[in-house]
Amino acid sequence: MSLPIFWFCVIALLWLGYLFLEGFDFGVGMLLPVLGRDNTERRVMVNTIGPVWDGNEVWLLVAGGATFAAFPGWYAALFSAAYLPLTLFLVALIGRGVAFEYRGKVDTERWRRNWDRVIVAGSWIASLGIGLVLSTTVLGLPLNEHGDRVGSPLAVIRWETLLGALAVAGYALVHGAVFLTLKTEGEISDRARRLALRIAPVALLPLVGLLLLVQLREGAGWTWVSVAVVLVAAVGALLRLAKGREGQAFALLGVAVVGTVVTLFGALYPNVLPSTLDPANSLTVAATASSSYTLTVMTWVAAFGTPAVLVYQGWTYWVFRKRIGTRHIPAVHVPK
Amino acid sequence: MHVLDVARWQFGITTVYHFLMVPLTIGLSLLVAGMQTAWVRTSDPRYLKMTKFWGKLLLINFAMGVVTGIVQEFQFGMAWSSYSRFVGDVFGAPLAMEGLVAFFVESTFLGLWIFGWDRLSKRAHLACAWAFSLATMASAYFILAANSWMQHPVGIVFTDGRPRLTSIWAVLGNNTVLAAFPHTIAGAFAVAATFLVGISAWHLWRKHRESAADDPDRKVWHSSLRLGTWVGVVAFAAVAISGDFQGKLMFEQQPMKMAAAEALCHSEKPAGFSVFAYGDVARPDCENVKSLTLPALLSFLAHNNFSSEVKGVQDLVPEYQAKYGANYPVDERLGELSGKPIDYVPTLPVTYWGFRLMIGFGAIAAGVGVLALWLTRRGRVPRTKWFGRLALLSIATPFLANSFGWIFTEMGRQPFVVVPNPSGVDGVWMYTAQAVSAGVTVGEVLTSLIALTLLYGGLAVVEVFLIRRYVRAGIAGVMPPVPPEGDSDDGPDDGSGSGGGSAKSDDVLAFAY
Ligand code: HDD
Ligand code: HEM
Ligand code: HEM
Repeated sequence: MSLPIFWFCVIALLWLGYLFLEGFDFGVGMLLPVLGRDNTERRVMVNTIGPVWDGNEVWLLVAGGATFAAFPGWYAALFSAAYLPLTLFLVALIGRGVAFEYRGKVDTERWRRNWDRVIVAGSWIASLGIGLVLSTTVLGLPLNEHGDRVGSPLAVIRWETLLGALAVAGYALVHGAVFLTLKTEGEISDRARRLALRIAPVALLPLVGLLLLVQLREGAGWTWVSVAVVLVAAVGALLRLAKGREGQAFALLGVAVVGTVVTLFGALYPNVLPSTLDPANSLTVAATASSSYTLTVMTWVAAFGTPAVLVYQGWTYWVFRKRIGTRHIPAVHVPK
Repeated sequence: MHVLDVARWQFGITTVYHFLMVPLTIGLSLLVAGMQTAWVRTSDPRYLKMTKFWGKLLLINFAMGVVTGIVQEFQFGMAWSSYSRFVGDVFGAPLAMEGLVAFFVESTFLGLWIFGWDRLSKRAHLACAWAFSLATMASAYFILAANSWMQHPVGIVFTDGRPRLTSIWAVLGNNTVLAAFPHTIAGAFAVAATFLVGISAWHLWRKHRESAADDPDRKVWHSSLRLGTWVGVVAFAAVAISGDFQGKLMFEQQPMKMAAAEALCHSEKPAGFSVFAYGDVARPDCENVKSLTLPALLSFLAHNNFSSEVKGVQDLVPEYQAKYGANYPVDERLGELSGKPIDYVPTLPVTYWGFRLMIGFGAIAAGVGVLALWLTRRGRVPRTKWFGRLALLSIATPFLANSFGWIFTEMGRQPFVVVPNPSGVDGVWMYTAQAVSAGVTVGEVLTSLIALTLLYGGLAVVEVFLIRRYVRAGIAGVMPPVPPEGDSDDGPDDGSGSGGGSAKSDDVLAFAY
């Protein structure tokens, strides 16, 4: 396998890690007012992701950084073309990041309610935004021969990319509910399970729609397999969840993300960002890749860095493996 | 209004803002790790209290550092896409390494540290503190290596109109970053030190003028203050030494920037260092500028002797024109600037005053530190009215010094975004005007500029509000309430390490959001 193709796969892998991990913390944020009936319950929910959400977010930063290093033209074209949605996305990420940390630092109902709003809005907007950007890179943009967007700042917003936005948000919603079933105890856990089962058939539809759309437009023969994997894994996840096996359900949702990323990136290859104006303007893996020296250096860094990350992030999940419930939540103690 | 101007304002505002959080995070996280080490080794509750108090302020600040950093990572692609295409082969690598090597460690171990008080053994928990604080240093190194490459490109060849990386070691070992890293880290410790001094001095002055010398809280503030002053002494010395080193490199690598730092119009031999100027520094012909100068000092800063020549702006401009061209290339994507003459002189008042304010605010901070050291000698607490206020006010000074340092460094390299290396590879440089995204409209950049500025403004209010609250509350605000018949006065975290407080219900977490 050539280095550019290898790095194309690495970036797909980083997206995979990001969607799987931040997927559930987006979901927890989106469900905050739905599943958390009082402040203690909402604190339970926030604390299931408290130790890990920032580590999850770094998957996106590294996906961005790796794209910059390995395919500068891709990074430049996609990020500048999706300028406005990305701005909104950044605002949302900033808001929710700060909100997690600051929400419990003042003991008044109003303070907490306001930050809860930021968490909910931030989680929705960010997951919609990331779906929009991801589907944009697969479905293409009107690019000129320099790789710059022609046309309006809203060129990234079309019904297909909106479907992509809903696909990621819908997935995050279900994934978050299953995660909460797995990580909490008692009533919240039951409530989360019931909710997941109830919403999943609708919430996962956009994802299925997106995959079929991408498959029909750009897919190869073999990507039908990964589309099928997604469908089977999603259905399997719900069946296991109904049987009270939330751990297996969560893992199967992970399989669904694998299938999703394989389908999307499989359909995208050999492009990294197709031009909808003229196929000759499409950005390709081969043409946007950095020099082989740069890619070699990066490969060494990734070869040592990635296993380490998997080990210590895995350890974090192990350390915080216990389910939590309202009885674990300490009294609020903040300066008066 | 052009995309270029708006994008520059945005980059400047967001980066300077990010760098308000950064130095405090870097300096304070290492100091907190040190405090926790002292606690683990001595079991002295004073150190636990210090760890908890300063750790809480660190976390409030850290959150802001993280979220503003994300904007930085995306901004290169969003607003500076031509720049990203041009430098990606080289510049992307340190950025990606920063993510893989530093940010993952930082974010993961910070989570473990915040929530791990009762889940990890004391030693493992302490190791987490060291992991994330050292990772902030690693992150600083990589990002400064990237920035230094823009100031002084090395390790490359020029093919097909773009620099291609040939040696990552040259980039990571660039002498520019070897000088900038100690300077920036020392600047970060200067910030953290002044923060410690300012807040502890204020507490001593406000709450402990009357308390007994062995009051436990009073001892906490006293130890914090002494720690801060000593760290400050070292940090300010290191800043001056490394800064002198940077200055010498700058004369070689970016002579125009140094001339601009001095607003030195004509070459001088030996050259004096201007301490303060009145008149109009903006004019590169030096009409009517009077300045208070220390003779020959500039020659020393530049070349380590008191006699050699330092070149002035007016002599450098023709040199630059001969080497890099008198006019911008004709290129529609340069907009109005296409084919126009290039102005090689940075904005002189900014560089001249930026340089002086960096040093000046640093000197004020150092002065206050020394004063505090003197006034609190042998456990004393000053009673004068102005002491508390002065201590609090001085906290701002090293932040300002850092900001002015960056503003000087970044604006002093204009009109280049990638400055040509005078002894390096031909053709590798880029004008800021060429760097901005070509497909992006003014409306878009203006939208993000306004949105981010307002958001940052709002967040600044929130952060200051929270820090103030926690500072006022002091130790009581961060230590868990004392259990009724606790065996020590340090709450459930003390002693037992893993497994949670044994006296209390096993279920309740030691820490939760
Ligand atoms: C000298 C140090 C330094 C400098 C010049 C910069 N940063 Fe920074 N950055 C840090 C030092 C740092 C840090 C100390 O490591 C932070 C502050 C708070 C934190 O969590 O890490 C950080 C956070 C931080 C984060 C969030 C990481 C996370 O989620 O944990 C990102 C993405 C960036 N930065 C990116 C940048 C970029 C692209 C910069 C260039 C314009 C930049 N930073 C300048
Ligand atoms: C690796 C680190 C950095 C990189 C890659 C970088 C890169 C850039 C770029 C691309 C610009 C826009 C072009 C321009 O207007 O000059 C810029 C401008 C600027 N940067 Fe940096 N920068 C870095 C670090 C910083 C930091 C930490 C600060 C300070 C807090 C800073 C302060 C500024 C300022 C004030 C400007 C505006 C200059 C102007 O408008 O003339 N930079 N920098
Ligand atoms: C004697 C005192 C000082 C001297 C001689 C000095 C010198 C310098 C020089 C020459 C640069 C420009 C480097 C370049 O553009 O290539 C610089 C940048 C900078 N200075 Fe200072 N400085 C001093 C004090 C301070 C203080 C007190 C602080 C902060 C507390 C500070 C923070 C910075 C920062 C953050 C930068 C930009 C980053 C960098 O290029 O390293 N400096 N300084």
